[in-house]
Amino acid sequence: MRKLPKALLRVQTESAHKPTSIAHESAYKHVTGRAQYLDDIPEWPNMLHLATVGAEHASAMIESIELDAARRAPGVVDVITQGDIPGSADVSPVFSGDLLLAGERVDYVGQTVVAVAATSLEAARRACKLVNIHYRSESARLSVQEALEREEFVLPSHTISSGDAGAAIARAEHQLQGELYLRGQEHFYLEGQISIALPNEDGGVRVYSSSQHPAEVQKLVAQVLGVPLHLVQAEVRRMGGAFGGKESQAAALACMAAVFAVRNQRPVKYRMPRRDDMTQTGKRHDFWNQYRAGFDSDGVIRGVEMDLAGLCGHSPDLSDGVVDRAMFHADNAYFYSTARISGHRCRTNTVSNTAFRGFGGPQGMVAAEAMLDDIARAVGADPLDIRKRNLYSADRNTTPYGQALEEEVLPQLIEQLEQTADYRARREQIRAFNVSSTQIKKGLALTPVKFGISFTSKHLNQAGALLHIYADGSIHVSHGGTEMGQGLHTKIAQIVARGFGVDLERVRVAATATDQVPNASPTAASAGTDLNGMAALNAVNTLKQRLLEYAAETYGADIERISIRDDQCWIAQRAIPFAELVKGAYIDRVSLSATGFYRTPKIGYNRTAARGRPFLYFANGAAASEVEVDLNTGEYRVTRVDILQDVGDSLNPAIDLGQVEGGFVQGMGWVTSEELLWNDQGRIISDSPANYKIPTAGDVPEIFNVDFFQRPNAEETVYRSKAVGEPPLMLAISVWCALRDACASLAEYRYNPPLGVPATPEQVYFCARAAKEYAEATS
Amino acid sequence: MKFVLNHDLVEEIAPAADTTLLRYLRETKRLCGTKEGCASGDCGACTVLLGELENGRIHYRTVNACITPIAAANRRHLVTIEALASSGKLHPAQQEMLDNHGSQCGFCTPGFVMSLAGLHQQLLADEEAQADRAQVCEAISGNLCRCTGYRPIVDAGLKMVQAPNEAHRLDAQAQIEQLASITDTDAPADYLQPQSRKELQQGLALHPDARLIAGGTDLLLEVTQQCQPIPKIIDLSGVKELHRIEECDGVIHLGAALTYRELETFFAGRSSSISALLERIGSRQIRNRGTLGGNIANASPIADLPPLLLALDASITLADNRGAERQLPLAEFYRGYKDTALEIGEYLAEISFPARAVNDFHRAYKVSKRREDDISAVMAAIRLRTRASEYGDVFTEVRIAFGGMAATPVRVTTAESKLLGCTRQDESALHAALAAVAETLKPIGDVRASADYRLQIAQNLLRSAWHALNSERSKNHASEALHA
Repeated sequence: MRKLPKALLRVQTESAHKPTSIAHESAYKHVTGRAQYLDDIPEWPNMLHLATVGAEHASAMIESIELDAARRAPGVVDVITQGDIPGSADVSPVFSGDLLLAGERVDYVGQTVVAVAATSLEAARRACKLVNIHYRSESARLSVQEALEREEFVLPSHTISSGDAGAAIARAEHQLQGELYLRGQEHFYLEGQISIALPNEDGGVRVYSSSQHPAEVQKLVAQVLGVPLHLVQAEVRRMGGAFGGKESQAAALACMAAVFAVRNQRPVKYRMPRRDDMTQTGKRHDFWNQYRAGFDSDGVIRGVEMDLAGLCGHSPDLSDGVVDRAMFHADNAYFYSTARISGHRCRTNTVSNTAFRGFGGPQGMVAAEAMLDDIARAVGADPLDIRKRNLYSADRNTTPYGQALEEEVLPQLIEQLEQTADYRARREQIRAFNVSSTQIKKGLALTPVKFGISFTSKHLNQAGALLHIYADGSIHVSHGGTEMGQGLHTKIAQIVARGFGVDLERVRVAATATDQVPNASPTAASAGTDLNGMAALNAVNTLKQRLLEYAAETYGADIERISIRDDQCWIAQRAIPFAELVKGAYIDRVSLSATGFYRTPKIGYNRTAARGRPFLYFANGAAASEVEVDLNTGEYRVTRVDILQDVGDSLNPAIDLGQVEGGFVQGMGWVTSEELLWNDQGRIISDSPANYKIPTAGDVPEIFNVDFFQRPNAEETVYRSKAVGEPPLMLAISVWCALRDACASLAEYRYNPPLGVPATPEQVYFCARAAKEYAEATS
Repeated sequence: MKFVLNHDLVEEIAPAADTTLLRYLRETKRLCGTKEGCASGDCGACTVLLGELENGRIHYRTVNACITPIAAANRRHLVTIEALASSGKLHPAQQEMLDNHGSQCGFCTPGFVMSLAGLHQQLLADEEAQADRAQVCEAISGNLCRCTGYRPIVDAGLKMVQAPNEAHRLDAQAQIEQLASITDTDAPADYLQPQSRKELQQGLALHPDARLIAGGTDLLLEVTQQCQPIPKIIDLSGVKELHRIEECDGVIHLGAALTYRELETFFAGRSSSISALLERIGSRQIRNRGTLGGNIANASPIADLPPLLLALDASITLADNRGAERQLPLAEFYRGYKDTALEIGEYLAEISFPARAVNDFHRAYKVSKRREDDISAVMAAIRLRTRASEYGDVFTEVRIAFGGMAATPVRVTTAESKLLGCTRQDESALHAALAAVAETLKPIGDVRASADYRLQIAQNLLRSAWHALNSERSKNHASEALHA
């Protein structure tokens, strides 16, 4: 391979105002096709490839399995069922119930029953077709409503309450209630699930995984093999997208590959074809939300009751945290003086749903935003005014779970966006347009996002880093976070360079590996930079102190007068190049390697009392979206979007902008065109990109203004930045509200037309028709 | 087979007929910059450029490598991401993607870069051509990105098209000479590439068991999705006669092997409604490969073109391995779900329809969840001809056809007859026609739409066409009155 051009190594600056907007550390490799993903690694000649047989029934006992034909098929080397797993068959992340291979029964269509290893992927896939499984079918539960009614839960329900919401609602001047079905979302990471396992000489393996959580991959692989963790290493260089879909779901592939690798003492690759991936791996949870609110004539909320029922699928997976986070965000940005919020974890005979950017937050938040719109239309006010009246403020700042908001951001942020987006004038124009236009109706909505930052499982809020300075002055940093495209490694490199005061080119971020940094948390909850950045900075500070002490001693200067900046060590007026300093320190036998550690302060949530501080801080934002609906077909376009996002002091504005825009469009897909559907046998029918439609370039509005709210984080995060991974996804709720607003225009904005998520053209068509029928019936 | 792979002339002796370009690149050549995202032509991560030598220049088209057979590269220039940068300089598509932060996870990036490079090359090849936002979006309509939200990619494309860079022409003299040097026309043994109808007939006679392929944008899914081997293939796309595209004695003749791309050129300026429909078929990559004949012979009830062709009174010509031909109305070609009048040994040769039908008022509508690269929930094509009479304009010819509403594309003659003979403003006739649509059609509900929605939309689209005709005519009358 030829050498990288010099230009690439130069720090790229976008403009003087954004000196930190450097390109993604792999951008050059991305555009030239040289970035290596797992499937691109050269294959060993004796490598095995895996394919699996999925269950044909949503709920059934397995009576018998015929494997002979598959075993005899060309290229087949090994065929296994659950009994062949040497250690535990359970590969659940937190609780139990996720089986690597099904045992006596199957609990969803597609559940893995048999796995085949062959000399090529095609041979393995063809052999799978020769496996014959006999089932005794049982009745399956497929809907969340049915599960809720029968109280079939994967885990107990949880309730957060403050005050007597029932009484407050009854006492309020007005009451309303609503319900809302939100469908889930397929992650559709462009790189499908994949893992490679190489057997080692001690009965363990080294696994390469496309995973957000290598430490868990390591743990589960060790469990299925029945070996201690130190015999397993997991490594992740980069993922081709993840979005939560590779937080817990990647582990099963690694475990399967590891079992075959150890059994056959051969390298094994397990790459899921897209359709298998869409059938066999978990998605965003469907939610069925019911709400009841009491409010006064000004639309100020006096009490709220909500029941949020998540469709968890057949096992808990990460659903406890997902439903909790839905509950923690059922207030979104609004103060509920009294509230009862219950979350239910419904068990169904479907694939076990999992993490997806927002982790339940979006599903809780949509309920709040739908309710606010309902209240606005009930009292006949502009929804934005009702939203502003109910925002958390200085004296109304306590969430239903008892965390006080210490930072007041949204009132100001919304005010600013209202101006820059020209909300009031456009509202008037749209009202006038809708009066005169019969076939096309426009809608507008400005909705806020307040998203809690920290894992709600307290123990996950820790991170480690390992930093080496080599004798030539180059710096190598490992940390527990993984790179999935979000630019974490770029930000970590920037943090390390800034912390030392050296040029960015000195710093290289290593692939994430469990033998570099142990027991790392998943890269999730938007906390990748907050946690790992602080751990890396902590390591930097340790090593920097050693270097400064060395310099003080060597050059006989007061340590207070020594600094490192611009890639040099300054002792009064004298500048020593960093590389020279390092070389000297090495010769003088100074340790040039250090670990760093960080744990998030202040947080803690008492689940028994349902009170506490689950989040260190909140990331805020708001979006104003405008849509145009064709009543003839329900087809629509998003014509303009304005976003203001609170990212604290941005570490890299270009990367943060990418997170905001990308998160918004992904959220827009969730609320518009992405429709997950199952048939009445429990088989997913939206199982390929041919029938599951994520947004394309043509769906993105031409007018798409994104700006950052300029204010450092009040909490002591790394360089006062704020998390940005998940929050922007929920800005897209504005698109859904705008669509409903357009439909409501048919009934003079005094009726709340039913609309679920996603608002496909079909759903919008029927929503508009309901509004029209209401208007006709009441006029 | 011989072809030019990036900078090198290569020869492959006997690749299996159903080997995809993607597998060949990734597994045989270990060129892993081209990615597999879906293996079904829906995501564009595997986009590569295929160039064909024509009059001393190479014309390049973006294609999905995952559903393109390796033999399609025969005698062509195959360009992959690995060769895009030249003499150490990034291609403008790469440089702009880099400068505009157009990649995040990077997995889709090579595909986007290739699609943009295809647009760049097109601008170099045609000095008249210009590109705006719409063309940039069109070029990447078959590329999915899940990270960026596309804004930076579209910006990269917009910056790239402002100043196409001659230094990054893909058809360098060396490649033109390499392609020109390939004189033998050998194809892989199990992949026949007849160049004429005569060769095609021989092939059909010798290999009655071979599958016919044109663009293969649907057929190859059997290989990649179902893992079904296709041992022997006859490729119609090289048969010159099947590329006929002309108007002759008032009849428009369209060869079955014409790609959507070729149709786009033909209908541009002839019918804005048909042009708009063509733009909604698949993606840029699919339209570069997919063919008119494939869209018809595949017999999908949700194919995009058949309703339009039904409305245009199209006939189709079927030919057999002895050269015998028979012509039948398109409506008679469809017998049932995925069942056609095509006999073993026959192939679809041509589609023809009266040129005057295109001059009639007509509308083609496609309704789907997503605008770009989606399969229709409902397709509607309506053609209305009127004649002035003492009662006003009277409908003298009415064609109402739908896709997605039955097991085959259908004409709804019961509805047509309700309008026929009535004046164009006769609302009661319209309502009778709408009622006939509702009574006649019994659509199913599936992953794309419910039966109820389909039925309502079908009626609404008919109503839209009727209103469009009336407002167009009233406008014309108004302007005529003004000029008078």
